[in-house]
Amino acid sequence: MAGFIGLFRRDLRLALRQSGDTGLVLGFFVLAVVLFPLGVGPEPAILQRIGPGIVWVAALLAALLSLDRLFEADYQDGGLDLLVLSSLPVELAVLAKCAAHWVATGLPLALISPFLALLVDLDPGAILVLSSSLLIGTPALSLIGSVAAALSLGARRQGAVLSILVLPLYVPPLVFGAGAVEASVAGAGGRAYLLILAALSLAALAFCPWASAAALRQALE
Amino acid sequence: MPPVLIAEDLACRRGERLVFTGVSFRLSAGEAMLLTGPNGSGKTSLLRLLATLITPAAGRLVWGNAPVDVEPAAYRAALHYVGHQDGVKPGLTPREALMFWAALRGLGGKRMAPLIDEALTAFGLEAVADWPCRWLSAGQRKRLALARLVATPAALWLLDEPTSALDHDSQIHLECAIAAHRASDGLVAVASHTPIDVPDAGVLPLEAFAPSTEYAAPD
Repeated sequence: MAGFIGLFRRDLRLALRQSGDTGLVLGFFVLAVVLFPLGVGPEPAILQRIGPGIVWVAALLAALLSLDRLFEADYQDGGLDLLVLSSLPVELAVLAKCAAHWVATGLPLALISPFLALLVDLDPGAILVLSSSLLIGTPALSLIGSVAAALSLGARRQGAVLSILVLPLYVPPLVFGAGAVEASVAGAGGRAYLLILAALSLAALAFCPWASAAALRQALE
Repeated sequence: MPPVLIAEDLACRRGERLVFTGVSFRLSAGEAMLLTGPNGSGKTSLLRLLATLITPAAGRLVWGNAPVDVEPAAYRAALHYVGHQDGVKPGLTPREALMFWAALRGLGGKRMAPLIDEALTAFGLEAVADWPCRWLSAGQRKRLALARLVATPAALWLLDEPTSALDHDSQIHLECAIAAHRASDGLVAVASHTPIDVPDAGVLPLEAFAPSTEYAAPD
């Protein structure tokens, strides 16, 4: 347990000291959302219609931007050898790293999303659902992303390989995340969508650490 | 019983290539082994294999009286591997890095502080202990990687080119640490290209275990 907490705290500390990484992710998120009203024009009706999808797609891409650092630094500097040799099971090491990754990227994305929702003219009820959907769905993004990050270790163009691996896997959180907000805008309430999103995150929590750990062991062979 | 590492007929394959075959040795408490051989003869592969980071193509490892693949966790807890790469994060200080590595081995908390001070002193890092590691030189980073050996005790040390980037004084610190480790029944396996003073060490010349076809003259 000391190892799990130690790894979580170390990764979080590194993320805070190299806060440029989190800043980059948030900056990308903001810019991507801001570009859409400029591109499709300022009619509130259109923006309200596509707003939830825009914010969710921008959040996916922003999360993707930070994934290559999840294991890459440890892989390059030999730290991964030490993680695998430690008394901490690799599955738990993956979980600790994903937790730190979520706190450093997914959580800030969810926290600033209300401001971006204003840009696409969502009403307060929908903004609440949007932030909740990001809060519930971003753990799945970190966990699913860890599998792709581990699989793409050592690939020649890691960033490109990573995107191709991970974006199809991000479809379910996207569908139910954006769906929750749309349902709430339509007056149907997003509860069912949010529950499915929570189920996706829990399923990712149960499955992804094992898959990532297997991929990491493979990468070190 | 005192620790003993036995290798039986180990072979290593990297991709298509057989690196070495038939490597057998016995390393008992207090003994040291120097791995020698030209580049590409498999020194790093053997050390990584001994660290269970790669699986042998044939043969097996026995630690004490249990094969390593039966009880890998107990074996891993008993070894330290210091590879080419130092595993040092630019954003942490040496003290934080040692605390973290100790926590990874399940030794967290305040009682680690004296051991970590001792390790920092043993490798002459006390002056830079609270600097971010990005300010350290290559030699200081290597010393930090070696300080792990002292901060958390383990019976078996696997050292891959531990003297690279080290200055003369630091190399003597390392040789003293190895001697002290052996005096307390530790085991050491070292691969090094530069001369390193390890008294009465057994020598394992890896070129002697290259598969015969590997160096056959072309027709």
